[in-house]
Amino acid sequence: MLELREITKRFGDVLANDRVSFAVAPGTIHALVGENGAGKSTAMRIAYGFYSADSGDVVVDGAVRRFASPQDAIALGIGMVHQHFMLVEPMTVAENIVLGIEPGNALQLDVAGAVSRIRALSAEFGLAIDPTARIEDLSVGQQQRVELLKALYRQARILILDEPTAVLSPQAVRDLFAILRRMREQGKTIVIVTHKLSEVLEISDEVTVMRDGKVVGNRRTAETSAAELARLMVGRDVLLRVVKPEGHPGKPVLAVRGLSSGALGTKDRERRLDGVSFEVRAGEIVGIAGIEGNGQTELIEALAGLAEPAAVTGTIELEGRDVEGLSARARRAGGIAHVPEDRHRRGLLLDFDLAENSILGADDRPPVAVGPWHLWLNREAIRRRTEKILKAFDVRPPDPDLPARSLSGGNQQKLILGRELEESPKLLLVAQPTRGVDIGGIEFIHRRLVEMRDAGCAVLLVSSELEEVTALSDRLLVMREGRIVGEVDPARATPEEIGLLMTGGNAAA
Amino acid sequence: MALEREKSLMKGLRQLIFPLAAVLAAFVAGSFLVLAVGDSPLATYQLLIGSAFTWPDGIGYTLFYATPLIFTGLAVAVAFRCGLLNIGAEGQLYIASFATAWVGITFAGLPAILLVPLCCLAAVLAGGVWGGIPGVLKARFGAHEVITTIMMNFIAIALASYFTQYHYKPPGDAILETVPIGEGGHIARLGRFVPGLPERIPLNLSFLLALATCVLVYLFLWRTRWGYEIRATGASPAAAQYGGIATGRQIVLAMALSGALAGMVGINEVLGYRYRYYDSFSSGYGFTGIAVALLGRNHPVGVILASLLFGALLRGGLFVDIFTEHVSKDLVMVLQGIIILFVAAEAMFRDRFRGPFGRRIKGV
Repeated sequence: MLELREITKRFGDVLANDRVSFAVAPGTIHALVGENGAGKSTAMRIAYGFYSADSGDVVVDGAVRRFASPQDAIALGIGMVHQHFMLVEPMTVAENIVLGIEPGNALQLDVAGAVSRIRALSAEFGLAIDPTARIEDLSVGQQQRVELLKALYRQARILILDEPTAVLSPQAVRDLFAILRRMREQGKTIVIVTHKLSEVLEISDEVTVMRDGKVVGNRRTAETSAAELARLMVGRDVLLRVVKPEGHPGKPVLAVRGLSSGALGTKDRERRLDGVSFEVRAGEIVGIAGIEGNGQTELIEALAGLAEPAAVTGTIELEGRDVEGLSARARRAGGIAHVPEDRHRRGLLLDFDLAENSILGADDRPPVAVGPWHLWLNREAIRRRTEKILKAFDVRPPDPDLPARSLSGGNQQKLILGRELEESPKLLLVAQPTRGVDIGGIEFIHRRLVEMRDAGCAVLLVSSELEEVTALSDRLLVMREGRIVGEVDPARATPEEIGLLMTGGNAAA
Repeated sequence: MALEREKSLMKGLRQLIFPLAAVLAAFVAGSFLVLAVGDSPLATYQLLIGSAFTWPDGIGYTLFYATPLIFTGLAVAVAFRCGLLNIGAEGQLYIASFATAWVGITFAGLPAILLVPLCCLAAVLAGGVWGGIPGVLKARFGAHEVITTIMMNFIAIALASYFTQYHYKPPGDAILETVPIGEGGHIARLGRFVPGLPERIPLNLSFLLALATCVLVYLFLWRTRWGYEIRATGASPAAAQYGGIATGRQIVLAMALSGALAGMVGINEVLGYRYRYYDSFSSGYGFTGIAVALLGRNHPVGVILASLLFGALLRGGLFVDIFTEHVSKDLVMVLQGIIILFVAAEAMFRDRFRGPFGRRIKGV
């Protein structure tokens, strides 16, 4: 049905695809897995006509095709759902779907005809989407289904989904998979690009694994295992489970009481944080689960001192001392370290070299800053510090003069973690620590977090990866709409129970 | 260590490739223009470059013209490192020059050892305050510095003119200029120290001051904590805040510093050249400073090189104007413009090498 033959694609010095070949059988769900930078997105963009290959062929229905643009791929019945949706928020579902192929003449738009066709398609595949609804009123899961409809409306027979589950709650993932199975029954062919092995095993019929731009394995899903796929992806044996000895929590390090942010009575429908109270003790990892955008970011920023001070009410105590009202710098000096969720925007100075990045947050005091007013940067000390971090956290390549931009996601994250732990914090705020990090890096980061806990650090972990947050946490809080809606024992709670708390019983969210 | 030095030298040389290519391309494009108006490009360029590098007049004047450009180029570069576009160097240098002259006139009786430093201080302070105001407006109220600095240009130029016209003009003088500053405020022309360089060429000690300032700016930006924090703020405000840097303070500091650097033009103009404030003296030094900083990649070394180039063009332009049939000195403006166009286009080329959509390809 869809086949890539010896596809090679080069970006500058980087060989993104190196003679990539695999075939997708009609009527199957085919998973394409690999770490970040393995070349899976590049391969799919070539199949969709977004890039053209330097050499090699895209074969559809047995014939070699040349795509000048995605238009050519769409004409052949190939559709793609991107990780980031391409929808116009204030417009309706139907208006979004016909965008670019508007029915009617130059002066008049005939949406009515489209609406009934969309309604029929939605019913056929069980998508439950109202074509007249506005995009901004839909949940993320529903918006994704609009993207599916967009492809179906263009008569796609082959659907490519790029990391479709990254933004979904567990329930929404289940719904999506039900829809995908239904599509397969109706004869559609689906390629799903992902790095989550559990999902691969659950949904796919066949798997293709990529590493470093090459295809390193093709398996029938029924005949493989998570361990084997992980080994193929990374190139060595990987510990998939978090090994965590019994914790020994000590005294409370962080006490948060009645923390609220965002003014009431403004256009915001709800407060971003609404009366959040909890404690984190020394030597424990407290996890916060929740669908993204339910106040987790605001919580971490409020704790780190990055929120607008006027907007935050409530108390934050670090070892019994009120830190509310202290600047981010003062909080750092007080022992709060922070691994931010957005490492490109917050965590790193992408165009600065690794040495300059390793002193972010520590540039105002010895040993980095010396002399009168701590004015001078001590280059020797900075060099030593950088080399120590790069070595201890296995950052590759370990060259202090490289710009941070040139590192892979995993190595960037290891640099940030190393820098933050260098200050021996009492409290570590960690948000989405393994987002965009390869499996090998995930294993390393998880181990470090558990080590920090065992060394007596209080760790507050926010993650939208349910597996991660349950595996690492000693206690697990669930956040929804700016509130802590429950605490569960991560060792015992099922994903369904937690998911129910995350969505408030509303599976569509 | 030697290897490291070599590595950074290579890095520095690589930085030169694009600006040099831009200059070369501008000259090629300019030659078509010269051809179009009916002169010989070769002869015109020979005149342009040749007249800028004769000894002593060519070189002397080229360096003299380069001096204010070094100051304004540094000013724009420092602000830019903090992510700010200081369009106000022109106003800052006017207000500072007037302040320099005012101190020189008011304390005319003081000996050189006191009056020169006092005048210099006035230049730096006045420029710093004039640059700092948009900084405060930006940090406190979010007012965009491009707008505020442009507006402050008008205020500065008008203020200086007003005080010159109504309070400090020598009686009966037709030219809009102040009375002269005290003798103690004069700084020496380089002709006094350099054999073969006549003292009538206004190249003075402030050229050396400009070079020294480049070194200081370099040390400040790359070797001090404050410089680091300014650059971090410019590179990513969100990351700087995350690192505990008070970005508002960095913005004020960078703008004040930028204004102070622009203000140092007053030292060259008032203490080294005219010994008085002369209305409308600047031929857009503040604006050319933007071009200098751009071409010099916001680095002190680049600023020196770019200032020398633009200084030479200013000098050579006069000769082109006089000694060619059709080409006017506006050719220099055209060349400047084209250079900037090409430098600005560099970002486009850079993204080409970076893969589609400007994204760096990870892995391997």
